[in-house]
Amino acid sequence: MVDAIIIPLIKIVIVFVSVLVAVMYIVLLERKVQAWVQVRLGPMRVGPHGILQPIADALKLFVKEDITPAKADRWIFSLAPILVLVPALIAFAVVPFDADITLFGLTIPGYIADVNVGLLYIVSVASIGIYGIILGGWSSNSKYPLLASLRSSAQLISYEVAVTMTLVTVIMLAGSLSMVGIVTAQREMGWWFAFAQPVAFFIYFVGGLAETNRAPFDLPEAEQELVGGFHTEYSGMRFAFFFLAEYANMIVISAVATTLFFGGWLSPFPNVGWLGFLAWVPGWVWFTAKTFAFLYVFLWVRATLPRYRYDQLMRLGWKWLIPLAILNIVVTGVLKVLV
Amino acid sequence: MAETVAFYILAALILIFALFVITAKSTVYSVLFLVMDFLLVAALYILLHAQFLAVIQVLVYAGGIVVLYLFVVMLVNLKRPPEAHSDPRRLGRFGLVMALAVLAEIVAIAAYGWMTPAAETGALSASNVEQVGRALYTDYLIPFEVASMLLLVAMIGAIVLAKREL
Amino acid sequence: MVTMTHYLVLSTALFMIGVIGVLTRRNIIVVFMSIELMLNAVNINLIAFSQHLQNVVGQVFAVFVICVAAAEAAVGLGIILAFYRNKETVNIDEMSLMRW
Repeated sequence: MVDAIIIPLIKIVIVFVSVLVAVMYIVLLERKVQAWVQVRLGPMRVGPHGILQPIADALKLFVKEDITPAKADRWIFSLAPILVLVPALIAFAVVPFDADITLFGLTIPGYIADVNVGLLYIVSVASIGIYGIILGGWSSNSKYPLLASLRSSAQLISYEVAVTMTLVTVIMLAGSLSMVGIVTAQREMGWWFAFAQPVAFFIYFVGGLAETNRAPFDLPEAEQELVGGFHTEYSGMRFAFFFLAEYANMIVISAVATTLFFGGWLSPFPNVGWLGFLAWVPGWVWFTAKTFAFLYVFLWVRATLPRYRYDQLMRLGWKWLIPLAILNIVVTGVLKVLV
Repeated sequence: MAETVAFYILAALILIFALFVITAKSTVYSVLFLVMDFLLVAALYILLHAQFLAVIQVLVYAGGIVVLYLFVVMLVNLKRPPEAHSDPRRLGRFGLVMALAVLAEIVAIAAYGWMTPAAETGALSASNVEQVGRALYTDYLIPFEVASMLLLVAMIGAIVLAKREL
Repeated sequence: MVTMTHYLVLSTALFMIGVIGVLTRRNIIVVFMSIELMLNAVNINLIAFSQHLQNVVGQVFAVFVICVAAAEAAVGLGIILAFYRNKETVNIDEMSLMRW
């Protein structure tokens, strides 16, 4: 009873709350990083150094008027934000945060669920997230959101191919589809897969930027061309849902990158003797630290690179990343047979 | 027991959503119900211990094929509804015939199942992915390659058909 | 207890809903979706039998069916788009030309 229901429930609540809190603070972090890059201060008014800014933002979005456009399809218009947010959150079900923890005599596994198709589960859940974007754009019954949602879904589908192909190489190295199995394989191999598969990691990260609609691939919400992207007509809480989903997706991409390429909860170089003291830091701290390092790169990239043009984006995806990913699979396979 | 309850709920929902797919007035709603249906069928696969197929169902069907449908529905911006001038009686006639056919088949299956009680569906061993993969890459390697050729041809065909000028 | 018969009845019903959709609807996109429903009914059968016979081959064939469904959707929707560009309709009754 305790093992089967209560502990998983507690873990779900902890993960859910920490993801939402993380999302709120990444928004603040993003504004701060952008500001520092541009030699500004960023939000400073609410709390010391703007530390309470996310709460003010949330309050503002809560009390704002919730507008549904007159010609919008009412049901789908309300459904779309939920369809975007839910897949982003349920992807965390299979992400391992730590090794098994022993607490009060109970051994608690550091994940919510370890299914033997964990990695494919994440990929497929992420592919469901497209619906919210398409339907949000379509149901607004307005031309810019429609254009943005068409762009966005084409972009997501294109880059999903490349990203999924890079995952194949990771699976080949690990010999397992389970997220826990992949981390264990990295411990046994003694080094992170990012060093064994630098090309795959690069493609994954670029694809991750594109899949979360982040700069330099933020065409679906290119303000200069499309007013505000697929969520132009949304306001109040529904807009907040889209916003939350975007950042939650960033966390998913970063957490999966951490698990697949940077050893998940493992401390750096666990087999190097004099670095053994790092193992004293709990696993979830390493996991969080690595994830946030990735998130920082996301923000950094946004502040640095200009936006791609749409045809450049498609050319990069189809003519460079996908062939490169296929080549990577072939090379990995040949090496695996030879070595 | 829990499995039985889950099966009945899933089966009922699958059939209801399938009916919604073919009866919905708006094509977009049809597509949405289709997605729901595919997700429920994926849940049914998990009930059958076919985890790999369940995930592939979500990934390929719900995440790929139905997105294509949604795309086409949105691109095909109809000035007049396509069913405006169809014959309503034909709908009734076919519906009746088909409903009778369903009834006959279900009665036949149920009667057969009644007479020869089938064994309960057991569980294949746990690592479903490994088994499917092994079968796919050894005994069924040639069909697998043929399927990949089919997909390649379909891809080229779709590009040739949909592109305005090559 | 869920037996093979349950799954067979379910897939028959689902298949027939697909057939009814193909026969009664005139919007070709809905017709295509009905075909997808039928393919799904077939897949349910294949996987239920694979479980029943403790043999993984059914699941392998379900993978092939999904492949074929993907190819069918891609080419079919390409045809729909090409047709729509020329005739401005997706009514299956008006698609009686062999060329345009």
